[in-house]
Amino acid sequence: MHLTRDRIIAFSVLLPSLILIAVFVYGFIGQTVYISLTDWGKGAALAVNPEMHLIGFDNYKELFTSFLHGRFRQDLVNAFFYTMTLVLGSLTLGLFLAILLDREPRGEGIFRTIFLYPMSLSFVVTGTIWRWLLTPGGGINVLPTFVGLPAGNFLWTSSRGQILTFDWQSIPVITAIVVALVLVFLAIRTWRKGTHRRAFIVALPAVLLVLWAVFGQRMIPQMLPISEKHGFNLATIGISIAAIWQFSGYTMALYLAGLRGIPVALHEAARLDGANDIQYYKRVAFPILKPITLSAVIILAHISLKMFALIFAMAGPDNASTCHPAVLMYLTTFRGNKFALGASIAVILFLLVALFIIPYLVSSFREQRRRAS
Amino acid sequence: MRFKRLTIAVLVGIGLLAAFGTVMADNLTGDMEIFSWWAGDEGPALEALIDIYNAQHPGVNLINATVTGGSGVNAKAVLKTRMLGGNPPDSFQVHAGQELIGTWVKADRMEDLTSLFQQEGWMDVFPAGLVKLLSTDAGIWSVPVNIHRSNVMWYIPTNLEKWGVEAPKTWADFLAIAPQLKAKGVLPLALATNWTANHLWESVAISVLGPEKWQELWDGTLSFTSLEGVAVWDMFGRILQYTNDDAASLSWQQATDMVVNGNAAFNVMGDWAAGYLTTTLGLTPGVDYTWSASPGTDGVFVMLSDSFGLPTGAPNWENAIAWLQLLGSKAGSDAFNPLKGSISARTDSDLSLYNAYSQSAAADWQNDVVAGSLAHGVVANEGFMNDFATVMEMFLTSKDPQQAANACEAIARQNAIGE
Repeated sequence: MHLTRDRIIAFSVLLPSLILIAVFVYGFIGQTVYISLTDWGKGAALAVNPEMHLIGFDNYKELFTSFLHGRFRQDLVNAFFYTMTLVLGSLTLGLFLAILLDREPRGEGIFRTIFLYPMSLSFVVTGTIWRWLLTPGGGINVLPTFVGLPAGNFLWTSSRGQILTFDWQSIPVITAIVVALVLVFLAIRTWRKGTHRRAFIVALPAVLLVLWAVFGQRMIPQMLPISEKHGFNLATIGISIAAIWQFSGYTMALYLAGLRGIPVALHEAARLDGANDIQYYKRVAFPILKPITLSAVIILAHISLKMFALIFAMAGPDNASTCHPAVLMYLTTFRGNKFALGASIAVILFLLVALFIIPYLVSSFREQRRRAS
Repeated sequence: MRFKRLTIAVLVGIGLLAAFGTVMADNLTGDMEIFSWWAGDEGPALEALIDIYNAQHPGVNLINATVTGGSGVNAKAVLKTRMLGGNPPDSFQVHAGQELIGTWVKADRMEDLTSLFQQEGWMDVFPAGLVKLLSTDAGIWSVPVNIHRSNVMWYIPTNLEKWGVEAPKTWADFLAIAPQLKAKGVLPLALATNWTANHLWESVAISVLGPEKWQELWDGTLSFTSLEGVAVWDMFGRILQYTNDDAASLSWQQATDMVVNGNAAFNVMGDWAAGYLTTTLGLTPGVDYTWSASPGTDGVFVMLSDSFGLPTGAPNWENAIAWLQLLGSKAGSDAFNPLKGSISARTDSDLSLYNAYSQSAAADWQNDVVAGSLAHGVVANEGFMNDFATVMEMFLTSKDPQQAANACEAIARQNAIGE
């Protein structure tokens, strides 16, 4: 590192934005974490100098164990399903649309605009439109009557049905089994590559996890005094549809750019070798599109973890079946005046988003360095 | 503080002198920002007040900051961030009762208005029970603008005749006629989104408990898990069977519409529904639609009241005092309330200005036992209300009275109800 003139200028130009980001992004993240460790929200929460005491991780403990916060735990489950449906739905639909457009139909530009257009709407607008479309007594439910079929009777966002229910107590077991499955998958892959010792090293914890899940789970204390059912709320389907409608155009644009970036020579070479369309996409195009899928997953996943406006506009603040930790955080903080508890929910969401963002950032930095060297 | 009280008194004196002078216009200058959630249907009523203020104080630039959203859910959040950020408006809307006391007075964010009340003679024109809701031992904290009633049941008399039923006097009556209505393909009771369930719950609770025991719940002397407390949830659950299952997707207006269209027989809603039925839908009160106290609450007036307070550190508080004077005055009150569809908080208002519904409500306000509303911020603090919405969602899914009662007791303790 030489302190050249160039570096000094670069540093001093960057300094203001560094300071601003340090204060307004990282400073406030730090403050939120600090508030989440206090008891701010008891009594005169809105005083000029509210009483605050550090209480450690009690707020977090309360969120995960108190029977009053079952709604928070269901919201976490909802967030998980929102993420799954949004990512899978948008990727599938986006890829499908991109493949259709890649075949250069007439009026491709118009279709591209139509598909991409929902992306330019704000969540509140999307939410309001879909709220009308999904009214149980009208909208989509009466569509079948136009062709002489009986009207639909699904309640959409006011449905209270739940499928795939599981007991909150079994979360450690479920996690163990999922992790074990991933490890087994990795082990098989390394085995195939021929590095057998590594495969054993990966497989061993998987076996241990499964053994623990089968025999040892009674050794840890129960998380809750009573069993608590959570699951996939049917009411979230409507909101997922609206979100997929909004974002599939975006994934389409990503995929289309990727497909168009594939050199024509590759396509022609595949053709010459006798590949049909399905083989071309499966063997040539999809592997090339992998990095795009990864970025799309990251972007969609973190959007779904921050989903607030869409749910607020479609289902209102108090529809617990469709609720999301972000909505609950807003209500707990700004309606219930429980600032510390709200901050804890915010920190948990932040950590969940970081789970997706940090590996992505690390891998993209690595790639940059690789390219630079 | 004492100095400020003295200045308030002096200013009020000057204001009175000015009022008795030749013209109403004075030389107050500068800005004055009022903060409320009155937009849309309620906008014209607020505009009427603003017009009078502008005529009285032509030198003041009145800034009307409204944030829309039912019962102020968004407005309150914006207000809180502004107050925490040290940027209070000059005067803001707040529900009388615990929403004012538990959130703002407890936090020492309001100025005492006792001397203003005395100067303006408001102690004699506002009912003592109402002033009590605005007060603590240390002072009086806001000026009431209106009174709404929450325990009203709305229906269409010709429809009831057609179906051969009468408006139920008790919930037992309702449960008796509900199956007949259902057999005719009519929904017995229209319900809307979550907060209207809270609203219905308070009407049911007061009919089961009576107004005294209702108050005991909030004093902390009656437990939510007592036999009566569980009985409330039990009755509420039985009534819910006769409500619509798409309730969570509907606004309160849509639930009222179901009654007007003849799809539903009854709707329990606050008396802002009268404003909607009369002004928006153009129906004649007493003829096209009529009302009674919600079942089992005859003789009880479950009230809520909007009021405006003076936050400490208000940048233009001379102008804000003038605003509060207007709100409490007879002229201001009678300009606002007929348009809002509420009744005046003053006992000397000119009833001829009001419609048939409001006149009947004003008569009940004079004679009935007054109870405070839960759903609209009177009896419990915001922490409890926020948690209660979750308990309600829990009950709407599980329909388990004992579980809901236990949860209520737990959140009452957590939010220091009755302490």
